[in-house]
Amino acid sequence: MSLWWWILIAAAVAYVTKLAGYLIPRSWLESERALRVAGCLTIGLLASLTVTNAFVSGSSVVFDARLGALAAAAIALLLRAPFLVVVLSGAAAAALLRLAGWG
Amino acid sequence: MTQSLGLSVATGLYGISFGALGVAAGLNLWQVIALSALMFTGGSQFAFIGVLAGGGGGGAAFGASALLGVRNAVYGMQINTLVRPGLTPLAAHVTIDESTALALSQDDPRERRLAFWATGVGIWSLWNLFTVVGAVLGEAMGDPKAWGLDGAAVAAFLGLLWPRLKGREPWALAVVAGLVTALAVPLVPAGVPILVAAVVSAAWGLWVPEPGGKNTPRVWKRGAA
Repeated sequence: MSLWWWILIAAAVAYVTKLAGYLIPRSWLESERALRVAGCLTIGLLASLTVTNAFVSGSSVVFDARLGALAAAAIALLLRAPFLVVVLSGAAAAALLRLAGWG
Repeated sequence: MTQSLGLSVATGLYGISFGALGVAAGLNLWQVIALSALMFTGGSQFAFIGVLAGGGGGGAAFGASALLGVRNAVYGMQINTLVRPGLTPLAAHVTIDESTALALSQDDPRERRLAFWATGVGIWSLWNLFTVVGAVLGEAMGDPKAWGLDGAAVAAFLGLLWPRLKGREPWALAVVAGLVTALAVPLVPAGVPILVAAVVSAAWGLWVPEPGGKNTPRVWKRGAA
């Protein structure tokens, strides 16, 4: 299936998910268990995506310039920098490490 | 209103990073624009292009983005009961982290509705404008690695995760999800490790007692204080 189809299906599902919040009876989603699973899912997925983007290359785990990006972003976040500054720190760290000949 | 505008400008600006990263992940200009205009939920959009950038296929990208969008259903429910914005089909489209957070932070019902619409529509407009800017810049950049765009993606995901890591339990879950991902990478096709981590996280939510919850053992409660 072409990438265009996946984009359109993913967009449709994202919209239906939002709409479902408005239409589903309150008691379904308000159960403590559902809220907790939704919260855990969000944290787990974002952690997994962070690791994938930082350490994965094809089907192996590698340590390269992206490790520097992760460290720089963590420092920026600890210093309460705004999101855009965090993203730029990550880019700058990776670019500089590559310029210096690593990863 | 000022708050909504400020948040819209700030969030719109990360649209630049999304646009540039989308192109770096192999999408064309129109595909990047379609994600911002139609999907319009930053976490899922970044997830979609993040899986593609890691070598995963469209199906895995779809799975990750759909699962990350589940929280929007919870927001929809909160907005529907606490804000009652009207125009449900439109309101649903702009129900995202920022519009929900800002609406729920107001006390007066009228202010809530205003904050919801101003933030939702404001972010949608600027997010799409800056996505185009980012995608065009990304196309002009050439080798994305020389500019550290893959490092920008790492930072973006950590930045999305960070505000949710309040207390010991979310950290533990994040570490477990990260380890599961790394362990699964050599064993299953690209993109699938993220879905494995999703299953583990949902199971964690179902079976690990919530710190501070009713049925929580004492040790957990103390740990999460």
